[in-house]
Amino acid sequence: MSRSTAAKAAMLVGLTALIAPSAAFAQEEPPPTLDSLASGLETVVGEGNLTWILVGTVLVFFMQAGFAFLEIGFSRGKNVGTGIAKILVNFSFVAIAWWAVGFAIAFGGDGTIAGDKGFLFGFGDEMGGLAASFGDTATGGTAAFFIFQFMFAAVSLAIVWGTTLERIKFAAYPIFAIVFGALIYPLIAHWGFGGGLFAEIGDGVQDFAGSSVVHLTGATAALAAVLLLGPRKGKYGPDGKPRAIPGHNMALFGLGVLILWLGWFGFNGASTLGTADGRFAEVFVVTNLGAAAGVIGAMIAIYMTSKTLDVGMIGNGAIAGLVGITAPSGYVEFWAAPIIGLVAGILVVYSVLLIDKKIDDPVGALSAHGVAGIWGTLACGIFTSPRLAEYVGVGNEGLVYGGGIGQLGTQAAAVALTFAAVFALSYATFLAIKLTIGLRVDDDAEEAGLDISDHGMYGYPEQFIPAPELVGYGAAPTAATMAGSPATATSKEVTA
Amino acid sequence: MKKVEAFIRHEAFEPIRLELLGLGFPSLSISEVKGSGRQKGITERYRGAELTNYLRPKVKLECVVADKDVPTIVDTILKHGRTGAVGDGKVFVLPCDEAYRVRTGEAGEEILQAHPDPAAASA
Repeated sequence: MSRSTAAKAAMLVGLTALIAPSAAFAQEEPPPTLDSLASGLETVVGEGNLTWILVGTVLVFFMQAGFAFLEIGFSRGKNVGTGIAKILVNFSFVAIAWWAVGFAIAFGGDGTIAGDKGFLFGFGDEMGGLAASFGDTATGGTAAFFIFQFMFAAVSLAIVWGTTLERIKFAAYPIFAIVFGALIYPLIAHWGFGGGLFAEIGDGVQDFAGSSVVHLTGATAALAAVLLLGPRKGKYGPDGKPRAIPGHNMALFGLGVLILWLGWFGFNGASTLGTADGRFAEVFVVTNLGAAAGVIGAMIAIYMTSKTLDVGMIGNGAIAGLVGITAPSGYVEFWAAPIIGLVAGILVVYSVLLIDKKIDDPVGALSAHGVAGIWGTLACGIFTSPRLAEYVGVGNEGLVYGGGIGQLGTQAAAVALTFAAVFALSYATFLAIKLTIGLRVDDDAEEAGLDISDHGMYGYPEQFIPAPELVGYGAAPTAATMAGSPATATSKEVTA
Repeated sequence: MKKVEAFIRHEAFEPIRLELLGLGFPSLSISEVKGSGRQKGITERYRGAELTNYLRPKVKLECVVADKDVPTIVDTILKHGRTGAVGDGKVFVLPCDEAYRVRTGEAGEEILQAHPDPAAASA
């Protein structure tokens, strides 16, 4: 055999292996047996599942952009750049914390309270708990699971800051992000997703993609933060009545809502952790119906109360519908989704109006993620279908299928536990921050806006700097403007 | 020499400007201002929370003219600025001591003289 023929043969084998791994196996031990074909098929299915998890990961990552725009739209024009810095810095700190500690606590073991394997997650490390279902030692599959679950931790953290906009000290972000990403969220994720505490209540708590684990957790930490932080200056008049502090850009807010809606298809849809039986497509439909009904519910409720079609409230309705359908998305039939979303949309309006009387929550996070998150978790106890409870293998059918109030009680217990644990840990963390470095910027910085006071720049320079100064006509004379100055950048350009 | 200072509705400005241009008074300045008068505040709602705004946007028109031209200017403003509803604004006439043209350094009332332009008026 000549050298070139051997090379061609090797290339052919390599190419075949690239196109179809099963075919490569078949060549080594011909003829192909049923077993070898089956194992090849298993690889393809496994990689299909991985692909879907990673597509979902990308969609959930994009939700960071959604939170950024939603919060910036609802902020005043002097607190715009800080919103971007906040999202980037928080996401990055929680990424490291999740890798080093959080993932192990959440998914690295079978303990009731916390996992114990997978700290400083590395390829080939010994795995435990749910993480071990992708291999006893960490594989590419485990990595996909790791990064998908990380995005949920990042979403939960993003929710926390919704109540704190326009007045919190930037230093609070990295500190809380580390505690939240390494301890608070992983604990709840272990209880709810990782086979911990919540699996032992009743026949198991139903929270498919995290109405409680992700959204209630974020909103509860947000409540702890805002109680220690207080309202923005000027939010409450001398008579104690709430005043509106209008956000500066409803278009950015709306873009944020639509991006979140898009990301939610990954959030719920990829929580199937695979493509088996086409279940992820069912989850898509349920998710969309819930969101749509949330919009309609909020639109009707705000029109009934104020006779206006408030843009912010309609957007909050979309978020509430999505949060509400998050826990039930893998447990309910299509018909139940619009009901769950509609209730969430109506709830969010009255909740925002009520909370606004005492607590300054600029984006309505407590209502859209907290109240709707509680509703979504409880809704499983009402609407879960026998078919899907059995398919997922958690809990029983809901009230409307004659399942009694047992599952509803289990769901309520999960809500109470989540709230209590997250509130205690978050309040302690924020209190520690407040007592040491302080939680709130000083009055001057708040008045000037965080863009200029924290970041030394404006999000909209042309709005804050008079045009002549921005152009520099009034600037001190430089070498370029001094007459008779020989070598300057300008004169060089001209002569060249 | 007098300075005419008028606070008018936005929509009144363009007809006033066109007529003044035709009459030979192209030189004027405007600024966007906010103020309150006898009109009531407007209540806005943002996600249920109310915000009452008592200051309404107006255009402030300023021009300096020779004493003899003041009635022409004021009449034009009153003619186009009036809708009859609260919020039409006010016109003030103030004394003005000196006037200089920056381009040439000329001074005095002659730099304020009217330049009638029938073509502009019909445009």
